[in-house]
Amino acid sequence: MLEIKNLDVLVEDKQIIKNLNLKIGPGEVHAIMGPNGSGKSTIAHTLAGKPNYLVESGNVDFKNEDLIAKDPYERSLLGLFLAFQYPIELPGVTNASYLKQILNAHRKSRGENPIDAGEFLKILKEKSRNLNIPMEMHSRFVNTGFSGGEKKKNEVLQMDLLDPSLIIMDETDSGLDVDALKSTSEAVNKLRDGKRSFLIITHYLRLLEYIEPNHVHVFGDGTIIESGDKSLASRIDNEGYAVK
Amino acid sequence: MNKINKDNFKQDAYKYGFVTEIEDEKIPKGLNEDVIKLISSKKNEPEWMLEWRLAAYERLKHMEVPKWARANIADIDFQDLYYYSSPKDFKDKPKSLEEVDPKLLETYEKLGIPLKEQEALAGVAVDAVFDSVSVATTFKEKLNEIGVIFCPISEAIQKHPDLVKKYIGSVIPVTDHFYATLNSAVFSDGSFVYIPKNVKCPMELSTYFRINASETGQFERTLIIADEGSYVSYLEGCTAPMRDENQLHAANVELVALDNAEIKYSTVQNWYPGDEDGKGGIYNFVTKRGLCKGKNSKISWTQIETGSAITWKYPSCILRGDNSTGEFYSVAITNNHQQADTGTKMIHLGKNTKSRIVSKGISAGKSSNTYRGLVNFHRKAENSKNFTQCDSLLVGSNCKANTIPLTENNSNTSSLEHEATTSKISDEQLFYCMQRGLDAEEAQSLIVNGFCKEVLQQLPMEFAVEAQKLVSISLEGSVG
Repeated sequence: MLEIKNLDVLVEDKQIIKNLNLKIGPGEVHAIMGPNGSGKSTIAHTLAGKPNYLVESGNVDFKNEDLIAKDPYERSLLGLFLAFQYPIELPGVTNASYLKQILNAHRKSRGENPIDAGEFLKILKEKSRNLNIPMEMHSRFVNTGFSGGEKKKNEVLQMDLLDPSLIIMDETDSGLDVDALKSTSEAVNKLRDGKRSFLIITHYLRLLEYIEPNHVHVFGDGTIIESGDKSLASRIDNEGYAVK
Repeated sequence: MNKINKDNFKQDAYKYGFVTEIEDEKIPKGLNEDVIKLISSKKNEPEWMLEWRLAAYERLKHMEVPKWARANIADIDFQDLYYYSSPKDFKDKPKSLEEVDPKLLETYEKLGIPLKEQEALAGVAVDAVFDSVSVATTFKEKLNEIGVIFCPISEAIQKHPDLVKKYIGSVIPVTDHFYATLNSAVFSDGSFVYIPKNVKCPMELSTYFRINASETGQFERTLIIADEGSYVSYLEGCTAPMRDENQLHAANVELVALDNAEIKYSTVQNWYPGDEDGKGGIYNFVTKRGLCKGKNSKISWTQIETGSAITWKYPSCILRGDNSTGEFYSVAITNNHQQADTGTKMIHLGKNTKSRIVSKGISAGKSSNTYRGLVNFHRKAENSKNFTQCDSLLVGSNCKANTIPLTENNSNTSSLEHEATTSKISDEQLFYCMQRGLDAEEAQSLIVNGFCKEVLQQLPMEFAVEAQKLVSISLEGSVG
């Protein structure tokens, strides 16, 4: 699915990622844990193609394609989804029309016709119900004035809608209370179908108690310094990042 | 790699830049009494109209061209312009579409205004003005049945002289300012609308202005009167061929709303903006003013300004009737070297009058975009209110946006509220949309349309979708 080889990344002339290697197979759930400021979010942004994140060396293979050579929207259409830590507000753009437009962009790239209004509404209702999102939210402007929980649910709704093959979650647990964390995680777990892969970036153990990873990596000084199974996450939680 | 380059501009070819090869008939270049007499005689005008024009011309001789716009305007040689141009053999206006030159019908079809189809489909009545003459008006008879008059102003001068005499120049005085006075002297054609008492006009009325001839100014005159308790929604659209020269468009539009009447006036302005180096394009110097003459009357201006080399206009409302309401909703987009200095004036004279101003300026390329507005409360305008919101959106870093809101409050009981913001399309917003599969232009267009939404939704349904596309097209090429 995804293979990162010897990756070096510069942001504003500063090296943030150093010689990173990571392989994620189909259906696997990987978690990257690390202290604040260790550069773990940089991985997410680099993979999604954020401007000004300069890949200086190394390469990333995604579904047998050279990911780094592609524009951000092409990466999305190829099946890479990044759930933002801080979802962006789009004032004046209603959530429903936005969701329809991004869905149609994906349909178009698959050679399908734009979805008709009735069918879209049906899908939107069904997927919103799964996430306890009231339909009223879709007539509001994208993320504008949304609570932290609503924003994160809206991200999960979009990943459900676009049916990606790799989902990267950047600190999705931040700003969520226990109930919202639980319902969001349940929705994410429903997307685990044995084929779809996940890369979960988090500071805390608590998200990983709901979404169980197959592999846990500890990130420090721009690269992975230790890998293990789920138990590594518990150890970090008890002992902190300083202890190796 | 993946760099969103917002300064790299390529202007999409202006879709309406073609020239219709049709023989035209021009009167000699220049501005003098003979030219004015000739225009008047071509229109078979009564004596009083000619005198009115000549009085305006007399006044014009002592007036100076205004220079205060925040725009670089090349000097205009008013003696080197044609003031009248019409398709040849156009002495009598065709009585039906069957008689209209197929080349003209084809022109409007290419512009997306299929007159024949429009005639067949209910919904919108169109007056098509080509250079200095109206070439076709649809749905005239049907409107006539309910007493609505919708015709070229040249026809109204002959057939409804009392109405024209009473209201022409009553909102924009002949002596108002140079371009308004010039228009009064040389105006050629435009639309006339009269809605009788208590009639809600059942369809959208619309005028489509087309400049075709070169070195020709277009000076149209539109007069709309909504009698007591009536309602009308009116829309104008404009295009012109691509030419190296700057062409002058100096129109006067007057609206009069009597007691309990409402006029909704929408403009989708798409005059040729000049090329990407700023060569050519229309000078759009237009005077638009509405008079809320009666109590509880309402006038609402909505404008989508995407074209012209220079846009210089202030659709305004004089709120004379007690409890009257004035509204101004504007989207002005400038790209490349375009310049816009536009806004509104709300003059509160009556008691309990209300006005609302929502202006959205979008600048890209090396363009300059200024909002200029005046809100004035007269001493007698008790308990009046204004709300003003001016938002500017910058695309790239070589463009300029200015906001110049003026207020004059002579009433102790009246209140003003003003909000202004300037923002840039953020890289974060673009990246977010692109991460979800939209390419750079789709992403930008989504964000810009969101920014304009409050104004776009004021447009009649039939035109909202078109306007949305126009907003996207105007900014095409502004992200690389």
